[in-house]
Amino acid sequence: MNINTTKIISLLFFIFSAFYLYTAYQIQVFAFDENAPFNARTFPIYLGYAGLFFSGLKLILPDPDTIKVEHRTLEYKKTALLIVIAIIYGATILKVGYFLTTSLFLFASYYFLGERRWILMFLLSFPFVAGFMYLLHGVLEIYLRDPFLKSIGVMG
Amino acid sequence: MTEGILIGLTTALSFQNIFMVMIGCFFGTIIGMLPGLGPMTAIALMIPITYGFDPATGLILMAGVYYGAVFGGSTSSILLNAPGVPGTVATSFDGYPMAQQGKAGKALAIAAWSSFAGGTLSAIYLLFMAPSLSKVSLSFRSPDYFALMILGLTAIAAFSSKGQFLKAMMMVVLGLMLASVGQDSLSDITRFTFDNMNLTDGISFVLVVMSTFAMSEALTIILKRNDPTAAAKQVSLTELGSIRINKEERGKMYRTIPRSSVIGFLIGVLPGAGATIASFLAYGMERNLVKDEEKEKFGKGSVNGLSAPETANNSACSGSFVPMLTLGIPGSGTTAVMLGALLGFGIQPGPRLYMTNPEIFWSVIMSMYIGMVILLILNLPLIPYIARILAVPKNYLIPLILFFSITGIYVMSFNNFDIYLMIGIAVVATFLRLYDFPMPPLILAFVLGGLMEENLRRSLLLSNGSWEFLWDRTLTVCILVTTILIVLWHIYKTFTKKKS
Repeated sequence: MNINTTKIISLLFFIFSAFYLYTAYQIQVFAFDENAPFNARTFPIYLGYAGLFFSGLKLILPDPDTIKVEHRTLEYKKTALLIVIAIIYGATILKVGYFLTTSLFLFASYYFLGERRWILMFLLSFPFVAGFMYLLHGVLEIYLRDPFLKSIGVMG
Repeated sequence: MTEGILIGLTTALSFQNIFMVMIGCFFGTIIGMLPGLGPMTAIALMIPITYGFDPATGLILMAGVYYGAVFGGSTSSILLNAPGVPGTVATSFDGYPMAQQGKAGKALAIAAWSSFAGGTLSAIYLLFMAPSLSKVSLSFRSPDYFALMILGLTAIAAFSSKGQFLKAMMMVVLGLMLASVGQDSLSDITRFTFDNMNLTDGISFVLVVMSTFAMSEALTIILKRNDPTAAAKQVSLTELGSIRINKEERGKMYRTIPRSSVIGFLIGVLPGAGATIASFLAYGMERNLVKDEEKEKFGKGSVNGLSAPETANNSACSGSFVPMLTLGIPGSGTTAVMLGALLGFGIQPGPRLYMTNPEIFWSVIMSMYIGMVILLILNLPLIPYIARILAVPKNYLIPLILFFSITGIYVMSFNNFDIYLMIGIAVVATFLRLYDFPMPPLILAFVLGGLMEENLRRSLLLSNGSWEFLWDRTLTVCILVTTILIVLWHIYKTFTKKKS
């Protein structure tokens, strides 16, 4: 059997399905539902077996069309940076507020992707977010929590 | 019926109602284009406004928003590979590759004409077939629905490229597993939440679609930035291309549109099925019907592959009005929102709606023709401007896609757990995409997961735990036989290709 990344992914999926199946069996159902033809754990159990079946087949059967990924050409560093910025954005959006975090997220993303036209970067972050926020908050009346704007008296 | 049509025509052609259709189509297109905000959100936002009008005008406005949002959703699918609504996921299969080849204008024009033709044809079907179709849709029982879901998911084999059948089936199972997170619909027992309150209501569709399509697409573009083939693709993205459709392409569309509109309408009529299954089935059917030479182009920018789901999803929109207006059962999530609005007006849709409120029933049908014409007039001239979104440099476009995706999720839940979950799913999806694991099967399975479990539950409970329900009814057997034939056909094709 030829071991390649697709097979490793299939193996991971097999393990994941086994874990899912185990968790499905642990679902607590009502006592009167325990022997019912269908209860809350029935469908997940079928899914667990289906996952084991398909990933097992993928593991066993030959894989003639092996996908080769050129890892050297992939931009792992920038992608990871972008993910980290998105996580920081997610962590601060409720505490700091939508306007400042979103603007900074956009500005930082432009910067890390190699952009250096500062005026354009600024225009496509702070005023852009302000306009979008006005559309959501002012026109469509979708409430956006913003402690920062509240603290400087812009939002009520 | 003639009297009803005349009443409907008079109501639909009033200045106020034409204006409402225009406003609805325009507003719907804009909202539908924003990833994360689909027709359901757009209609939900409209409900307070509609209460200021009479029921017919209110429903006409909401119907306009509906078509507009579906068309707008197709635009973001084609230009950004970010389908805002499940019904336009299949549009991105060939629309996005076409845009990448510098034919964004043409892809949008094909989508506009197909939507127009699909919507208009289905409005004609609706006019003549609504009464009898409501009886057919009533004959569908849980086992038939369950079999239909199996058929829909197996048809995914038709979407996967050579050698991807098992990968596609693994993605189907993963999609169903994700859909099983949260409270069980009947017993309210929580499943796979690991005591996390944020997962009690399950994972939202918008979150899954945004992370597996928009966000992972953005991450893949960055990841493959130095890949010479990817760089070549990015250069061509700045070319908008012509919006003119040539004779050969028109010829392909003439064959695709009628059959896709029929399948779209019929699927739309089935309560709960809607535009998503319609577009996927139409895509799969089209792929099976075209010549081998054209088949190879599917997934790489095929005209048939773009026209079929676009026609079908618009047909299904009209079709979904049949069960809503005649049975009081919504055909899709969006018509469910509209049903709620109608109930708010004090109107109970059902078989007696013809007699008690003929002006509502017929004016909605008549306004569909007007809506389709307005949508075409509104969107075709705007295509070159809309398509300019592609000329935005990647350094700006990628953060903006991430911004729209995250904002779409944030405004829905206002909690950061959803943002983390979205990033997590996007990272896994990006990795899986690198190794050619297809994402559309995961999305379809996720959408159908809840319905599938519900129908299986009903079927098993009614048959006292026996699986006999699978061969008890002729309709169920027919659907299952079709499913088996699709699998056998796929296996046969794989082996014959290997030999050749």
